[in-house]
Amino acid sequence: MSAGTAERSGFARLLSAEWTKLRTVRGWLIGLAVGALLTAGVGMFIASATVCSQPGPNGSFVACSNTSGPDGREVTDRFFFLHRPLTGNGQLTVRITDVRAAQAWAKAGIIIKQNTRSGSSYAAIMVTPGHGVRMQYDFTHDVAGPSGAVSRTAPRWLRLTRAGNRVTGEASGDGRHWTTVGTATLTALPRTAQLGLFVGTPPDSGLTQSLTESTQHVGSALATARFDQLTVAGGTTGTSWTGTDIGDTGGMRTAAGGRQREGDAFTLHGSGDIGPAVSPLLPVTPIERTLIGTFAGLIAVAVVAIAFVTAEYRRGMVRSTLAASPRRIRVLAAKAVVMGSAAFVVGLAGSAAAVALGSMLLRANGNAVAAVPLGTELRAIVGTAALLAVTAILAMAVGSIVRHSAAAITLVIAGLVFPYLVTAGAPVLPAATANWVLRLSPAAGFAIQQTQVRYPQVDTAYTPFNGYFPLSPWLGFAVLCGYAVLALAVAGFLLRRRDA
Amino acid sequence: MYENSITVTGLRKRYGPVTALDGMSFTVEPGRVTGFVGPNGAGKSTTMRVILGLDRPSAGEARVGNRPYRSLRYPLRHLGALLDAGALHPARTGRNHLLWLARTQGLPASRVDAVLDRVGLRSVARRRAGGYSLGMRQRLGIAAALLGDPPALMLDEPFNGMDPEGIIWMRGFLQSLAQQGRTVLVSSHLMGELEGTAGHVIVVGRGRVVADAGVAELIARMSGDRILLRTPATDRAVAALTGAGGHVEPAGPDTLVVTRLAADRVSALLTAAAVPVTELAPHRATLEEVYLRLTRDVTEFRGEAEEVAR
Repeated sequence: MSAGTAERSGFARLLSAEWTKLRTVRGWLIGLAVGALLTAGVGMFIASATVCSQPGPNGSFVACSNTSGPDGREVTDRFFFLHRPLTGNGQLTVRITDVRAAQAWAKAGIIIKQNTRSGSSYAAIMVTPGHGVRMQYDFTHDVAGPSGAVSRTAPRWLRLTRAGNRVTGEASGDGRHWTTVGTATLTALPRTAQLGLFVGTPPDSGLTQSLTESTQHVGSALATARFDQLTVAGGTTGTSWTGTDIGDTGGMRTAAGGRQREGDAFTLHGSGDIGPAVSPLLPVTPIERTLIGTFAGLIAVAVVAIAFVTAEYRRGMVRSTLAASPRRIRVLAAKAVVMGSAAFVVGLAGSAAAVALGSMLLRANGNAVAAVPLGTELRAIVGTAALLAVTAILAMAVGSIVRHSAAAITLVIAGLVFPYLVTAGAPVLPAATANWVLRLSPAAGFAIQQTQVRYPQVDTAYTPFNGYFPLSPWLGFAVLCGYAVLALAVAGFLLRRRDA
Repeated sequence: MYENSITVTGLRKRYGPVTALDGMSFTVEPGRVTGFVGPNGAGKSTTMRVILGLDRPSAGEARVGNRPYRSLRYPLRHLGALLDAGALHPARTGRNHLLWLARTQGLPASRVDAVLDRVGLRSVARRRAGGYSLGMRQRLGIAAALLGDPPALMLDEPFNGMDPEGIIWMRGFLQSLAQQGRTVLVSSHLMGELEGTAGHVIVVGRGRVVADAGVAELIARMSGDRILLRTPATDRAVAALTGAGGHVEPAGPDTLVVTRLAADRVSALLTAAAVPVTELAPHRATLEEVYLRLTRDVTEFRGEAEEVAR
């Protein structure tokens, strides 16, 4: 042809042709724009209607807030602390003869803490009613020690040793033979830290879930533990013990802790927990709550992706397409790349706006938006764009297989959107069933949006409705990709075999 | 064999119980308009789809310039085709419809404007194709076929929906394309549309070729020994001629067509019987008549064959 035309590679020509097709039908461009608006808009609407407040001083209500831990993420840090300062290296040993608490994760033991400010760095060795001996530090770290509950006939000795910024926790069944449970390195620990005994327990909680409401019932709880044979070695310690209710401020007021002393024995009462702040146990709003409009944006994009293929079949235009490009698999590949890229751009615009504006609205309404690492936040935003892109490709492939738009849209909604809505969107299905649906159906891909982390040492309702997917973000996304690849393979096979 | 001829050999195609193609074979040569005619369902469109690699035949093969269509890197630069003028997205403008096609062949947008000019659609090129009349869509389809400046063209029923003015334009246009040395295959279910345009016709029926000949030759062959007789005394004429072994068919008021008798013998018989004659001439068939006879024969032959088979 004319000299000015650069001869582009065959596939680049197909991409250019398919892109020309997509951009020259105004309804499709509008549909894609609607996809972006829904992705951003539904979340922003929900955010603007979500208000969080908690009891403040003097009967007032203040914005929801949480304590920040050493790494900036929200933590809960409330317990009764019987402490005295320790300068330099040192060691505390104690015997626990009784722990009384309703919660399996109630905690009693020895703790060394940066200071008495809630959220400061710590390391602790403890016994629990339901999970044996644990070594925990800096809120998210948890190491299991010897199992078994504590009683008057089966007491447990604990020992916590500081050497520089290393803290070692040990446990013993007889006070002579010791087992090292774990060692923590706490860079934030000052030369003079607070060392002592502690008791705490997570609140009694229950959860009511129905189609229309989800209510977390939090009841105040108190744990009691009996300590004796207390010895402090090394370092320079103060001489008198101080009792402090750590973190006893703000909203969810807990029962006051306290202590009684009988000879060399202490009985401590405490409430509250030490650990990561986990939704819905605490009022932390995960950022993916702003991405709740994704399912709606996804429908709009899927409709365009399906029409992109089925419109050709309905009008016989596919014959022009295949006569111009007889290598059919490449035509399908070009369509997938063009449609997937367009959906990705639309999804990225929608999800970036949703997270940026939605979390701004949430904060303005008093919600405590969970702090997550930048990489996690970017994964949720870019992952949402990828979710739309892969869904568009899946929808396009289904459209190519069934060659009928209404049937294809029904399949995509029934296979992807509906399973999401009845599991993560509303707690219609029981959590166990919901988990299986989100493992096996294409809706597993929504896991890419999850920023919350499950902590085995925190009991809460880790259900899809609360934002906890059964598969990890990338594994869930891989399930969706698997469906898309399978649909493309079937579409390609049929496209080659069928007469056009 | 020319580099731009279209050849099909022994094509067979079944759709379930229906045999669409039953040993279709022909070659379309360049430099003339070749009509591809037959009743609806004779296999014209199926043959064209097979040539374009869209349908896979059960047997046989099709070649364009001695290559299978699907092996062509830029197929629209070898063979331009119009299958269905309605095959476009109504929301897309005519120009954009051609633009995406041009992109598949690595052709510049200037080529799109050139073919739009050629078919006279420039003024409406930026309007939605959904608003085009059927005639305008046919022109857009022709423009699409011309996009790659191909040496061979294949048009399925291009006269459909065209007004008389459009039909005249189309005839001239097809002839000019053929005069440029291109191969031009034009299908129609109405032979009359091709009269005066096609230099050669391939007549098909029931999935196979019935006749493949030049138009002049075909008309001469079909006109054969038929004699047109006009007389006010048709009854007496019939009696006189059938008595001598002739076969007479009425062909209008006071008009008969006589076969199985030579013209001078007819003249002598009528004179002997004193039958008044208004006109006596060798009958010249129209292309339409030729076509009707050919395709009727196919149907009758097939009917008998089926009976024999039972």
